[in-house]
Amino acid sequence: MAEARRFALVDCNNFYASCEKLFAPTLAGRPVVVLSNNDGCVVARSAEAKAIGIAMGVPWFKIAATAESQGVVALSSNYALYADMSNRVVEVLSAFTPDLEVYSIDESFLDLSGFRHLDLVTYACQIRKRVARWVGLPVCVGIGPTKTLAKLANHFAKKRPSFEGVCDLMSLDEPTLAHLFSETPVDEVWGVGRRIATRLSEMGIETVEALRRSDPVWIREQFSVVLSRTVRELNGASCLSLEAVTPPKQQIMASRSFGSLVFDVEDLREALAHHVSRAAEKLRFQGDEAGALTVMIRTNAFKPAEPQYQRTVTLPLATPTSDTLHLIAVAHRILDDIFRPGFAYHKAGIMLSELRPTTAQQANLFGLPPQDARRQAAMLAMDEINRKWGRGTVRASAAGHRAGWQMRRDRLSPAYTTSWSDLPTALAL
Amino acid sequence: MMFVSPSPIDEEFLLAALDSPAMFIPIGATPVSAGFPSPAEDYAQKRLDINEYLVRNPVSTFFFTVKGDSMEEADIFEGDILVVDRSIEPAHGHLVVAFVNGERLVKRLSIRDDHVMLLAGNPKYPPLTLKEGNELEVWGVVIGKFKRLPT
Repeated sequence: MAEARRFALVDCNNFYASCEKLFAPTLAGRPVVVLSNNDGCVVARSAEAKAIGIAMGVPWFKIAATAESQGVVALSSNYALYADMSNRVVEVLSAFTPDLEVYSIDESFLDLSGFRHLDLVTYACQIRKRVARWVGLPVCVGIGPTKTLAKLANHFAKKRPSFEGVCDLMSLDEPTLAHLFSETPVDEVWGVGRRIATRLSEMGIETVEALRRSDPVWIREQFSVVLSRTVRELNGASCLSLEAVTPPKQQIMASRSFGSLVFDVEDLREALAHHVSRAAEKLRFQGDEAGALTVMIRTNAFKPAEPQYQRTVTLPLATPTSDTLHLIAVAHRILDDIFRPGFAYHKAGIMLSELRPTTAQQANLFGLPPQDARRQAAMLAMDEINRKWGRGTVRASAAGHRAGWQMRRDRLSPAYTTSWSDLPTALAL
Repeated sequence: MMFVSPSPIDEEFLLAALDSPAMFIPIGATPVSAGFPSPAEDYAQKRLDINEYLVRNPVSTFFFTVKGDSMEEADIFEGDILVVDRSIEPAHGHLVVAFVNGERLVKRLSIRDDHVMLLAGNPKYPPLTLKEGNELEVWGVVIGKFKRLPT
């Protein structure tokens, strides 16, 4: 049998809230929550906010009065800040192993199989210390012979203070493991959602330990091959390897609710152009072109008293393209067809689908009229400039210069690390 | 122009060939045409980059704008942008950004026999002594500063 592998999952604690606290000393010791787009729901909580019982996902307007009287500070999502801090964390982590998978904005898997000869708990402590010192964010590290166990170990590292932020399941003996797992509800296992957990519990499988003891063949028959793989992973057989490169997306969507209601077709045109620009940039970044474009507009379905209207239309493209200007023109053509005046529009969005690699077309590039080649070069140049100087530096003029339809972010903290005009001040007083 | 090779076509090259946008050729890779080689060729080096001068560890480096005049003796003036590196272990004598009682300050760190003080570089401002109940966090070490001048 091949030698057991070693995976670590490094997860930032209360990532969004920790980023906010890092730059705002006034937030020290205070409960902080971060709100979703349009300042809707609580999507992140500091330790203090968790301690006073603020639930994840709760709409802010429902708890605002009580929470504010308890000293809770609510902030809009500051994606520019979080993205930069996330990249910094990943950069620090990649010095600890060549094999790293960025799993989400605040979680990365590290393959540490090549470092078996080291004391991995000590190694993980170094990782924690360096991220805390260099980037200023607290992280927890879970270590196990499979990704599923590493993720579970991270849960223990985070929830059980006795581990002091690092939990290596391989360093625990079998009775300790069995005890730990039998105290842990089955839905803490990676990939076991609420629905599967309910069904498992009906079959008497309520803890991680019970799932680990299940027969993978029986699980495959009752559930799926995915869950049977999870059972194998819980038993230490590594079935999932690192995905070094995230597979390219099959669709790219961009949609957003308006901060204020929109009545004017021109506003919708601008919003769609903005969404197409963002999506097309992603499309080109992953080296694809789109074969179809979908446009969606709708009124607010949560206000049934208001007149309701919604349309979603997909248009196949004769020639697949990644050209922003071309895609905007198509989106506008669809909009002209489906727009009905007199409604209070609440949301607009687009989707690019039927994606395929641009490389498949390369041989035809010669056949393109020079106009198209120039356009393509212009797109690449635009992406390069926007990457270098910030999103939206160069954009299609149809994407507009106003920001009225952009999302509401009334409680936005400064882009401390990505904008010269937003740098934090240091008082010389 | 003729392409005889069926090998994969380099898209970048092709685009450049069809309609050349601005191209950046690093000095040192300049192809030499017929005739005498440039006498400067052997001396070609890459251009100076101010990042390289000011920033040692990009991942742990953050910028702060200075407000106030208490650090003028340390050559730190209102409007300067400080280069703050968190990867440097703070030591006695370092200029630091510190969080003290809800404020971000720039001060000189003094550590004498476990006695931590934050000193100003201007006699108008008394030193800040770390007392019971004072919350002090040395956030990062100031390793440089820069400023753009009006032109």
